[in-house]
Amino acid sequence: MSEQGGQVTGAQSLVTSLEAAGVTDIFGIPGGAILPAYDPLMDSQRIRHILVRHEQGAGHAAQGYASATGRVGVCMATSGPGATNLVTPLADAHMDSVPMVAVTGQVGAAMIGTDAFQEADIRGITMPITKHNFLVTDPADIPRTIAEAFHIASTGRPGPVLVDVAKSALQAQTTFAWPSELQLPGYRPVTTPHAKQIKEAVRLIKEARRPVLYVGGGVIRSRASHELAQLAALTGIPVVTTLMARGAFPDSNPQHLGMPGMHGTVAAVAGLQKSDLIISLGARFDDRVTGNLDSFAPNALVVHADIDPAEIGKNRHADVPIVGDCKEVIAQLVALLQAEGADGDYEAWVAFLAGLKQSYPLGYDTPTDGSLAPQYVIERLGAIAGPDTIFTSGVGQHQMWAAHFIDYERPNTWLNSGGLGTMGFSVPAAMGAKVGMPDSTVWAIDGDGCFQMTNQELATCAINDIPIKVAIINNESLGMVRQWQTLFYNERYSNTDLHSKRIPDFVKLADAYGCVGLACESPDDVDATIEKAMGIDDQPVVVDFRVHRDAMVWPMVAAGSSNDEIQYARDLAPQFDEDDL
Amino acid sequence: MSKHTLSVLVENKPGVLARIAGLFSRRGFNIDSLAVGPTEHPEISRMTIVVNVEESPLEQVTKQLNKLVEVIKIVELDGPGSVNRELLLVKVRADAASRGSVLDAVQLFRAKVVDVAPDAITVQAVGNADKLADLLRVLEPFGVRELVQSGMVAIGRGSRSISERPQRPTIVPAPVSAIAH
Repeated sequence: MSEQGGQVTGAQSLVTSLEAAGVTDIFGIPGGAILPAYDPLMDSQRIRHILVRHEQGAGHAAQGYASATGRVGVCMATSGPGATNLVTPLADAHMDSVPMVAVTGQVGAAMIGTDAFQEADIRGITMPITKHNFLVTDPADIPRTIAEAFHIASTGRPGPVLVDVAKSALQAQTTFAWPSELQLPGYRPVTTPHAKQIKEAVRLIKEARRPVLYVGGGVIRSRASHELAQLAALTGIPVVTTLMARGAFPDSNPQHLGMPGMHGTVAAVAGLQKSDLIISLGARFDDRVTGNLDSFAPNALVVHADIDPAEIGKNRHADVPIVGDCKEVIAQLVALLQAEGADGDYEAWVAFLAGLKQSYPLGYDTPTDGSLAPQYVIERLGAIAGPDTIFTSGVGQHQMWAAHFIDYERPNTWLNSGGLGTMGFSVPAAMGAKVGMPDSTVWAIDGDGCFQMTNQELATCAINDIPIKVAIINNESLGMVRQWQTLFYNERYSNTDLHSKRIPDFVKLADAYGCVGLACESPDDVDATIEKAMGIDDQPVVVDFRVHRDAMVWPMVAAGSSNDEIQYARDLAPQFDEDDL
Repeated sequence: MSKHTLSVLVENKPGVLARIAGLFSRRGFNIDSLAVGPTEHPEISRMTIVVNVEESPLEQVTKQLNKLVEVIKIVELDGPGSVNRELLLVKVRADAASRGSVLDAVQLFRAKVVDVAPDAITVQAVGNADKLADLLRVLEPFGVRELVQSGMVAIGRGSRSISERPQRPTIVPAPVSAIAH
């Protein structure tokens, strides 16, 4: 490609800039306005472009790639509808702090604002759902903008950055010059925590009697699992991992209480609710974790560590705010606790929670009619595929079961849409994860509703040798919505019946897409089916697990209720009085 | 609820105003007034934003504004420590009979007449919000035909400047191919 300083087109400058930023994989679809960029892209020796079938697939693939590898995911689309199809993945990445750069074509600079063919103000549209975005009309700005975009996406609290490039800038002649410094006077993420705050946090940790480590996705994004394991081992403090943090702390560790929140385990919910000190690490007190905020953990002091100052105190007052990168924060907590002696007395508390964990384990009812329990399928999938497997999921019941019934031992092995709750995330995210981690087994655990939103990317997987595996948990309905209808709408099932055991035929559909299609509807066949799927490495596999439709996700805290109102199963409240402490 | 005046230094780039206005509406913060203009540094613009919020939402406003990449610095200016001014242009009905009284009011408030027509005069006044409100109350009985008012601009008292540029560490982009790792 072009050398530094030579005359090139803006398009060549863009491709060279992406190469300079370290990009090796792009998911995208060409179209009119971005077309100039696709010409030099064809000659790139360093970048593999994967032609997807829908831009939403490109966006979620970039997310899956980023979440699995920790590197910036990249997607590319044309102007107008190409760009607007990226809106959902951008919003998703923004909510879940996924480092991602989207490059879109824009109509020529002179046409901007004229309602030109395939014109959409994607910069304006994506302002609220990106960490930052750019519109480039001067080709000379391309290298600096790309460098800034990657810097912003991957540092501080990671997030999506969109770079919209006018077609005229791609076509014009320019010189390529990689910037020697970035001009971002307003962007200075704080990564090193204040020593005074660390000291104060350690003081509270030592004084507390009922502390809990409330671990969020920030621990995964900052690659702080090792430090977290040290902190947990040193102090013996119980750990909860949020939906975004599954895998940040091994499920096999007895200190782990599981996932808190609306569908959290009894022990994890009680662990937060009854604690006297919440040590929040890269978590954001989301409403799905806290339930009714006013009655959340009423007796707890809060140490809140986050790299984003705006998260601290946003929902819950922080007694000790710590702005910093989780990796540094936890390392400093560990260092100071080691120096001072981690001598907190949590014995009664740990015993209380261990009791809850034992009394209220995760469980499910096996259907009496011989049909398949969805939880059983997911449980077996986790057991057979093992902890090195990367799991992605869609959104709904299957997502909650996949969060619960698979034991995660490592970070970046559980990828899902936590904040935005995007149905259809699973298949394209699995595709992206597999591209980023080609030696890992990647299972997409999907619902029959979710799967029908983005399954066109099976074609992309089959053609580009991306052998993902898909487990459709087919309960022929929008299961989580149906569950709410069962519980809160008098079993009036308005528009949640998808008839997916009849239409489409998922096995034939898989076959049509060049994938291996399997079906399973008996508990006796589950292991053999999973093992068969595990044995296929040269083609994507889709398994239609035809499961019992009335299974529900438990435990549950009804929306807006206090976490004290947790139901272990329908109409069954667990006993966890503080008198037990 | 109480009023707070924020001076926000931003990069002088297209779209910054939309970004800030969007943030306020998205997060449900109410803007009382907003004024934008250049500063002594051509690459930096200054916004004076008056918000009507409690203390804790104000902290969120400030933190959310700070997250915007193009926002360089935010300073809250308190009333006594700063000078606040708004500009008012008002077209008042004034025929031969009432003109004298209108001009008296204009003089009383040290306002200025900037345009005269046979049956109206246009008055320009500069001051803080209270002074302008008082002036309007006096002019209203004559008949206000048209009124336009600027957002408030404010500056801290004393010799210090909020736009003195602190030394910042230079951000060097990662070398080729290393950024993503």
